[in-house]
Amino acid sequence: MAERKIPAPGINPETEPFWAAAREGRFLVKGCAACGKNHWYPRAICPFCFSDRTEWRPASGRGVIYSVSVMKRAPEPYAIAYVTLEEGPTMMTNIVDCDLDALRIGQPVRLVFKPTEGGGPPFPMFTPA
Amino acid sequence: MSIKGKAYIMGAYEHPTRLAKDKSVAQLHAECALGALADAGLSKEDVDGYFCAGDAPGLGPLAMADYMNLKLRHLDSTDLGGCSYIAHVAHAAQAIAMGKCRVALITLAGRPRSEGHSGAVPRMRGADAPDTQWEFPLGVATINAYAMCAARHMYQFGTTPEQLAWVKVAASHHAQHNPHAMLREVVTVEDVLNSPVIATPLHRLDCCVVSDGGGALVVVAPEIAKSLNRPRVKVIGAGESMKGQMGGEVDLTYSAGVRSGPAAFAEAGVKPADIKYASIYDSFTITVVIQLEDLGFCEKGQGGRFVADGNLISGVGRLPFNTDGGGLCNNHPANRGGITKVIEAVRQLRGEAHPAVQVKNCDLALAHGTGGLLGSRHGAATLIMERE
Repeated sequence: MAERKIPAPGINPETEPFWAAAREGRFLVKGCAACGKNHWYPRAICPFCFSDRTEWRPASGRGVIYSVSVMKRAPEPYAIAYVTLEEGPTMMTNIVDCDLDALRIGQPVRLVFKPTEGGGPPFPMFTPA
Repeated sequence: MSIKGKAYIMGAYEHPTRLAKDKSVAQLHAECALGALADAGLSKEDVDGYFCAGDAPGLGPLAMADYMNLKLRHLDSTDLGGCSYIAHVAHAAQAIAMGKCRVALITLAGRPRSEGHSGAVPRMRGADAPDTQWEFPLGVATINAYAMCAARHMYQFGTTPEQLAWVKVAASHHAQHNPHAMLREVVTVEDVLNSPVIATPLHRLDCCVVSDGGGALVVVAPEIAKSLNRPRVKVIGAGESMKGQMGGEVDLTYSAGVRSGPAAFAEAGVKPADIKYASIYDSFTITVVIQLEDLGFCEKGQGGRFVADGNLISGVGRLPFNTDGGGLCNNHPANRGGITKVIEAVRQLRGEAHPAVQVKNCDLALAHGTGGLLGSRHGAATLIMERE
């Protein structure tokens, strides 16, 4: 089956390190040196304690599906999901390279980077572990 | 300080069109304004406050106020998505209570049907929004964001597709009496379940309509209300809030209604069991279930059981809702259903709903909505009104 073309993300100075790492196959999350918590999506200012002492941290890419919906009314059906990372935060993503109808909440998944249009950086998505 | 009793909704108008290929958006706004002012028995010259949201063309309220040539001393373009107009009533009451205006006009209009919009197509919500780079590439449409809420609700609470379908069934029972409703055919639970799945677990008939049209409201100071020859609908309580992904502590099982609802009930001094009629934003069937729980009409997780077996059908169930047919069957102008929620509540409180769906002795009503996407970030607004 043909796969949905993934638009390239619009990068800005705040998020450039994430996408540079993604091009090298490394998956990062933002964590806070002040309160210790990881968050998603990545921000310069911690959304929990409002400290500016946030830092990029390597993440395992392991998680479980928090919720998932398969878009049937699309030229190429795709699965949108929230995945709860081993590192804590729950992130919106797609589940790819699998039987979409077999996906279940609570299912373990692992990160895969998928290419984006126009030579954009690869996008963090997940596939059943 | 409270807005309780400080303002009245004296004009309400829903545009009858559902397909407006031959009209402009500005024209629809103005036609709605004309209709609501005529309903109140007021003229354009009486208006000194104007409220609109993101559906209005141009920069904030400026283009529409200029198009209508309004002479204003108060303007507000608060945008909480589809529920904005419910919040606008509260904001108008606040402005009136503070003496900032005496006759507030609220308008909504749009023509997404003519322009070919679909809730199944990913929509860019601001290229520079901080979430866009993380979410737009994922194909977030409207329906699949709500579908993730439905999937989680089913997983966590055992809510069933049949229970969700009952929301649509109830709306269709009401819409059959509304000559302007886009979908007037009464449907069954089986009809909903047999309609095509758009985004699992939601079917086509779990979704609201895409319609052109609009609506307007006129909110006035008490002394003006008493001078008008219309039933008086008093604003007695309101609340608003928002909820997002909470830095990654995502919880799709509840909405910002957990904050806007209790605030409105506290201000009004009433409780959910007192409400005779409720307009509940019905972008999708799951939206209604989650909001009913959050407003306290039932316990969290019990919304599916609450809406089943016709409990939302006027004359049948405990909580008559959306007696115009709601967004699911009647109208969802500009992809924003907030104003029609207030309009039908006003009809009910005036005793001007269709006789087949009019709630007997309807003296206390609620209008509540969410805006944006329940599955990512959304606003919520609750309004409680009383017939005087």
